[in-house]
Amino acid sequence: MTVGTLILVLVAAPLTAVIGCLLLPQPRWCEAFNLLASGVSFLCALPLPFLVDGQAMLFWNDYIIVDRLSVWVVLCTSIVYLLASIYAVGYMRLLKEDRRLYKFYALFAGFGLTTLIGPLMNNIGLYWIAIELTTLVSTFLVAFERVAESMEAAWKYIMVVSAGISLALLGTVFFYWAGTFVFGPTYQMTWAVLGEAAPRMNAILLVLAFLLVLVGYGTKVGLAPMHSWLPDAHSESPAPVSAMLSGALLNTAMVGIVRFLGITRQANLGELPELALVVFGVLSLLIGALFIVQQRGIKRLMAYSSVEHMGVIALGFGFGGALGIAGALYHMLNHSLNKSLMFFGAGNMMRAFGTKDIELIRGVGRRFPTQGALWLAGAVAITGAPPFGLFLSEFTIMRAGLRPYFAWAVYTMALLLIVIFIGFMNHFRTMYYRTAPADTPARGSLSGWCTVPMWLSLAPLLILGLWWPAGIWDYVTSIAQTLSPGGP
Amino acid sequence: MLIQHLDPLASSLFSLLAIVSLLLSFVMLGSRWLKNYLYAFAAESWAIAALSAAVAFYGGYPELYLVALLTALFRGLFLPYLVWRIIRRLNVNREIHVVLQPSTSLVLGALFVMFALSVSYRLAADFSLELTVTVLALTVMLSMKLIGFLMLSVRYEAISQILGLLVLENGIFLGSQILVPGMPLLFELVILFDLLIVVACFGVLVGYLQTHVGTTSSLDLKRLVG
Repeated sequence: MTVGTLILVLVAAPLTAVIGCLLLPQPRWCEAFNLLASGVSFLCALPLPFLVDGQAMLFWNDYIIVDRLSVWVVLCTSIVYLLASIYAVGYMRLLKEDRRLYKFYALFAGFGLTTLIGPLMNNIGLYWIAIELTTLVSTFLVAFERVAESMEAAWKYIMVVSAGISLALLGTVFFYWAGTFVFGPTYQMTWAVLGEAAPRMNAILLVLAFLLVLVGYGTKVGLAPMHSWLPDAHSESPAPVSAMLSGALLNTAMVGIVRFLGITRQANLGELPELALVVFGVLSLLIGALFIVQQRGIKRLMAYSSVEHMGVIALGFGFGGALGIAGALYHMLNHSLNKSLMFFGAGNMMRAFGTKDIELIRGVGRRFPTQGALWLAGAVAITGAPPFGLFLSEFTIMRAGLRPYFAWAVYTMALLLIVIFIGFMNHFRTMYYRTAPADTPARGSLSGWCTVPMWLSLAPLLILGLWWPAGIWDYVTSIAQTLSPGGP
Repeated sequence: MLIQHLDPLASSLFSLLAIVSLLLSFVMLGSRWLKNYLYAFAAESWAIAALSAAVAFYGGYPELYLVALLTALFRGLFLPYLVWRIIRRLNVNREIHVVLQPSTSLVLGALFVMFALSVSYRLAADFSLELTVTVLALTVMLSMKLIGFLMLSVRYEAISQILGLLVLENGIFLGSQILVPGMPLLFELVILFDLLIVVACFGVLVGYLQTHVGTTSSLDLKRLVG
């Protein structure tokens, strides 16, 4: 099968699921539609990295770009989509909302669809639209539980992100405007064309445009200090949606920043664009660390951990070079797997103990031996401890930054990662080993649907931590070469 | 490029429309009654529609006529109608909690315009294009952006926040028509379309906020902290 067919099926599957859920609003059918769609998308995304070589392929009047970067992110997204869909079957049944369940699955498949097509957009305007569509769809998912808290979260989400994304639009217009001095008033606004024009664009305008785009899409990525929507939205949405928001959506928005950074790099503007990204990365780590240490809500803990990891990825791309970009891309995959695991575990515990409060969750390991062990392993992994994948990728990113210009960022990063490790583990110690004052009742049992995806995400995470396959290394370093041509 | 060879009549027409839009955003900034706020937004959209038509006429971009029509219909009629219905249904007439007095926000708005002007001068000087229309378009674009953010941050009513967001988008829309009229049409169409959905979403959400939280003021949204 050719790449084109695979991409078509990849996108058509969730679209069919959306239509199916709307036409046949039976809860069990909708579960099946969505699960099937996510499985098909995953199967289509899996062979893509093997089929795409260094040359970018364009489809559909050049509107769709299939290159190594987009395929990589699509693969991460489809993994999270599949895991979250499996988990959703078990989790959504616990909510006892069968009557509205078809809406959930229609929106969920729609969310999967928009996050899958985002990275594939070749036109900067269409990319912006795809990102805006993800917001529109996911707002309703965040508000799905219809309690006051999720309404509040949805409102903050749509206001903050729309305001941020309007800055990205301004940046996009400035990029286009800078290009008109080279190509004349009308030209195709694709990544490649803009990259070609970049060396001849006006430097100040280009920097201004990049900074606007960085702040705009950075809002969507959840880089501090534009992260304020993220903890609310992640903690108030149903757990499968939290996993999708964190593991899939944030990466999709990061692709835009990376591609615009690639364009800006062509213009040889010095280190300013990278420095901006590094500063946002360090700030995100700092905010993440401070709020993780004193966190009381279990899902908010995971949400701040996402802020932290997006900071790490931003640092990787900011440090640049083969090591930095390779590390950041590898970190994307690891983070997607790991954060899904963490949100699944958090969702299970939330349902089992009937609370989001860390203080009230006690004796996890004793009551849920298997799940507890999986979740604890995930917690060790997410703090960047060996032998899991995130250790390798964070270590690679740190190595990339060890040059005089960015050494300060590496030391700060190391310090903050240690703080995060201690803070995070302390919360888990509370939940696992401190005895409950009055034994809180653990309610209900959790079905296999809720445990299997945890296994499925932990196993590859362990493998990727013990062994960084040479194929993946070659793959991510080749992306690094296309993004920073003259880099070290 | 369009802006490099404009006849004086066209350039003064563009300037007039841009300045009218900027003034209308000051009207929005200074008013505390949601209705006035809404009328100013509708009028601003009409001014922008007129600008699209003018750019289409003088610049020879026939597709911009369509954009003008859509702007007038969607932003000038449909969106204000939608927001008006929400205002009527929720029975909110004005901002109740005032962070900044209207006079203070007007002064702040004026400072933002000065800032935007200095940024635009700097940019235009770098291009060695000392064209007043370029500088004006950039200034209006950036200052409407800043004023929109000011409205978002000092107003708490949900309706005001929606309108603040629309001012943000209007600013970009206005500026891009003068600076990059040749930008592919698709783009502008979708902005219109997008806004439509956004406002529909907002309408639904505001309804939810009202029924479940009992208020539409974001001041009362403080359950989620830390």
